[in-house]
Amino acid sequence: MLTDLSLAEARDGLRRRDFSAVELTEAHLDAVAALNPRINAFITVSADKARAQAAAADAALAKGEDRPLLGLPLAIKDLFCTDGLRTTAGSRILEPFVPPYESTVTANLLRDGAVFLGKANMDEFAMGSSNMTSAFGPVQNPWTRRGDNRALVPGGSSGGSCAAVAARMALGATATDTGGSIRQPASFCGIAGIKPTYGRCSRWGIVAFASSLDQAGPVARTVEDCAILLGSMAGFDPKDSTSADRAVPDFAAACRRSVRGLRIGVPREYHSDNMPPEIEAMWQQGLAWLRDAGAEIVDVSLPHTKYGLATYYIVAPAEASSNLARYDGVRFGRRVEGEDLTDMYEKTRAEGFGAEVRRRVMIGTYVLSAGYYDAYYLRAQKVRALILRDFTDAYAQVDALLTPTAPSAAFAQGDKMDDPVAMYLNDVFTVPASMAGVPGLSVPAGLDGQGLPLGLQVLGRPFDEETVFAVGAELERAADFHHLPAIRAGVPA
Amino acid sequence: MSGVIEGRDGPWEMVIGLEVHAQVISRSKLFSGSATEFGAEPNTQVSLVDAAFPGMLPVINGECVAQAVRTGLGLDAHINMVSRFDRKNYFYADLPAGYQISQYAHPVVGGGSIEIELADGSTKRIGVTRLHLEQDAGKSLHDQHPSKSFIDLNRSGIALMEIVSEPDLRTAEEAGAYLRKLRTILRYLGTCDGNMEEGSMRADVNVSVRRHGEPFRTRCEVKNVNSVRFVMQAIEAEAARQVEVWESGGTVEQETRLFDPARGVTRSMRSKEDAHDYRYFPDPDLLPLVLDEGWVAGLRAGLPELPDAKRARFVAEHGLSAYDAAVLVADQETAAFFETVAAGRDAKLAANWIMGDFFAALNRTGCSIGDSPVSAGALGQLLDLLADRTINGRIAKEVFEAMVDTGESPAGIVESRGLRQVTDTGAIDGAVDRVLAAHPDKLAEYRGGKDKLFGFFVGQVMKAMAGKGNPALVNEALRQRLSA
Amino acid sequence: MSLDPATVRRIARLARIHVGDTEAEQLAGELNGILGWIEQLNEVDVEGIDPLTGAAQMAMRLRPDTVTDGGIPELVLGNAPDRAGTFYAVPKVVE
Repeated sequence: MLTDLSLAEARDGLRRRDFSAVELTEAHLDAVAALNPRINAFITVSADKARAQAAAADAALAKGEDRPLLGLPLAIKDLFCTDGLRTTAGSRILEPFVPPYESTVTANLLRDGAVFLGKANMDEFAMGSSNMTSAFGPVQNPWTRRGDNRALVPGGSSGGSCAAVAARMALGATATDTGGSIRQPASFCGIAGIKPTYGRCSRWGIVAFASSLDQAGPVARTVEDCAILLGSMAGFDPKDSTSADRAVPDFAAACRRSVRGLRIGVPREYHSDNMPPEIEAMWQQGLAWLRDAGAEIVDVSLPHTKYGLATYYIVAPAEASSNLARYDGVRFGRRVEGEDLTDMYEKTRAEGFGAEVRRRVMIGTYVLSAGYYDAYYLRAQKVRALILRDFTDAYAQVDALLTPTAPSAAFAQGDKMDDPVAMYLNDVFTVPASMAGVPGLSVPAGLDGQGLPLGLQVLGRPFDEETVFAVGAELERAADFHHLPAIRAGVPA
Repeated sequence: MSGVIEGRDGPWEMVIGLEVHAQVISRSKLFSGSATEFGAEPNTQVSLVDAAFPGMLPVINGECVAQAVRTGLGLDAHINMVSRFDRKNYFYADLPAGYQISQYAHPVVGGGSIEIELADGSTKRIGVTRLHLEQDAGKSLHDQHPSKSFIDLNRSGIALMEIVSEPDLRTAEEAGAYLRKLRTILRYLGTCDGNMEEGSMRADVNVSVRRHGEPFRTRCEVKNVNSVRFVMQAIEAEAARQVEVWESGGTVEQETRLFDPARGVTRSMRSKEDAHDYRYFPDPDLLPLVLDEGWVAGLRAGLPELPDAKRARFVAEHGLSAYDAAVLVADQETAAFFETVAAGRDAKLAANWIMGDFFAALNRTGCSIGDSPVSAGALGQLLDLLADRTINGRIAKEVFEAMVDTGESPAGIVESRGLRQVTDTGAIDGAVDRVLAAHPDKLAEYRGGKDKLFGFFVGQVMKAMAGKGNPALVNEALRQRLSA
Repeated sequence: MSLDPATVRRIARLARIHVGDTEAEQLAGELNGILGWIEQLNEVDVEGIDPLTGAAQMAMRLRPDTVTDGGIPELVLGNAPDRAGTFYAVPKVVE
């Protein structure tokens, strides 16, 4: 089936004219039509646009054009503004919003010939680890526990992107990661996903959650597919002051590099007594694979790991409370009328934002408010400096780090909803790299006892995604992960 | 205007500090590429960045930074080689992002000072606390619709320099002098056009009152006053209000107020009633602003001569009085005009002509120095005609008025109207003879000792010569004939 | 540091989010749970540490002063919930 191809295989098939871009896109649109009512991975499906893009790709292919993503159908997280295509950020407040501009990352993908199937569901404003906070309904993980049909969460916030790719509704997808929003859902959905170095992908045109942390990255079913997609997404953008003016390496080539001689760090603080034994075992297995491939395993310390989450839950809400002030019902989005301007603001934002967003905006407002700034925000920034120092020190000894991606496999929809902190703990392994801005890749490594995928996380030095890809590709080869989710294209419901 | 308010139970002193918002002269906005021109159609000079659309990001305009640094150098201020941008968070309809990008903790320019000149000839140095860059807000129009306010974001995101003075000002006059001097410096530097009517320079006035020798009492801020005159009036009105509050046993509350020029009073601002808690924090969309030493040195080398230096030079080089020099340097174009006219000529005479007939003509015609019908070159030519005695002083005024009316050259006017001075002694003697013959009675009176009739005879001779007689020769000829 | 419902209402007002009385009670509980958990940062010795604002370790680039944007009122106003001509419209503000 065309939908079972990897992105690289589909690219090669198009080049060989084994099938047309229109056929490839139609196959994926069929999968979307069949599966989306159940999985809810897409908020908006842009079928007509996708068909037109695919037809244009076929014309270009016929002329012998060779662009990296020509004719390859993708899902776009609904946090990326897309010109003329509704962009909601998973929020009621942006429900009617149609941007008159294209984000730099998606513009880069279009430049390289990609086909956009539609906008992927997500936690509202990317705030969440389960996709339960979307105003457009939860996303169901295509994976289910063995012998148990209960709907599981795909993780979040890029849950729609990851579910769409896992269920073969798209060859790959864009995603964003602020504290783990690429890596954790990739792990939950049994696919690969990389958060590149902060500054690698332009943030221009991506609805902001926490500006000092937000990074776009790809999710796909193979490490190489992620490398191909990142190669198109990345690049310097003068419209983003935090964009790094660096050349984009050949990430796909890096996937074929050997890991022999690389020093792989094992951060001892990631071990804990409450880590499920299956995850601990998977981690050890990953280390063994790398050792077998010639890497040297080194014990390292990231002493401030345990403070990462608390730091994150000050910094991210603080920035979000300010970033989300623009949703006021004046220039775009939903407005709820009020008696006066202030009343209009308060009603618009109370009704437009969901509970988790309101909670985080309140926390952020509080930690920045007079009398609390030093105790919370300033202290968090100092701890953040210590977390960065941890990584800098570790990378003086090792080339990359290996950890589990998440402390658990996918959980059931509705779980952890009563206690915000329990939900936040999902990001315990992913947040430190976000705070430090270093790249992190999640690779599917195996299944737990209930048949759910588990991911391993490879962290690298700033702007050394190539080593991360090399290590990730080695793990992928060793794991030989070919398990399939229960819900996927071509399987009757 | 003295700084002392006589209260019911003794005198009060005013304490005044000014926060001036000066719009930076630049083609595009501080963080976006939209234009900054004044007066465009609503929302036509607005980018998606200015309107704070989702995902839009600020990128700083280097020229705005250069302008702030130039201004700092012009105020003798410390330039901070590393500064930072913060977000000032508050909700308002004309603040699209819900925050203003400003520099709170680490401004680009630190302490400096401005010397002001007062009417009694004294000078006073006023401290400048800091200068920082920030975004302007849009404009709300409240009078276009019965139940709605209209928002125009053309101004949103234009670069402002906020220039904060120390509370060193003690009178409304000092505040006025400070504002005018600051405006002059900004105009010299070309960093702000200083146009208060168009709002490109606005002042927030902090006023408190105290008994002599006391520490500062609570201050109030009078927002957005848009002329020097109104600033001075607002200070007087607000200080008087505070004295009244204190003397009737009340307490002045720290608050933001508005000045109503029509009624000459300040009033509390309703929309600012909410407790302020701006939640400043470093803008994560931006990076630290790190200046290069060589770049700053280049800006310093490119600064024009500033008014204080120019004034000192006019006194030293041209022998002008301090007062005349101060008047001429108050405006850069006037100073340049003066220098052109004075070049190689009698500088004091040039200054007198400019401050006298020339300014009067500008006033009368409503022209500015830039579109004056009399150029500096033409005025210089007129002074040359005086110096080489082609015309006399009285004719010169006539020629000048003709220059204002026609724009013609002074030489052309003198020739076409036959205004050349008569130095032919035969012609002068003839005119003297005719005048004396025509006034035998006056001649008798003069000879009888009424000396002051000499002036009458001079006038009559000049009149007979249509004003063109050389005054010295006319005097000489008359003196000879009358004493004969 | 513990949030009472009155503080929650003050914060909600600052954030311009309408919060009813029962909601304020509930939010106070949730926010206190989060803040209590965050208090663990007080264990960290941050003496002498410079705060880190962001992950990008560079100085800021300066843009040239050229007009490259604007002149798009229909794009700027096209999503507005209420407009009057080429103005945005909001409930009347009394200054």
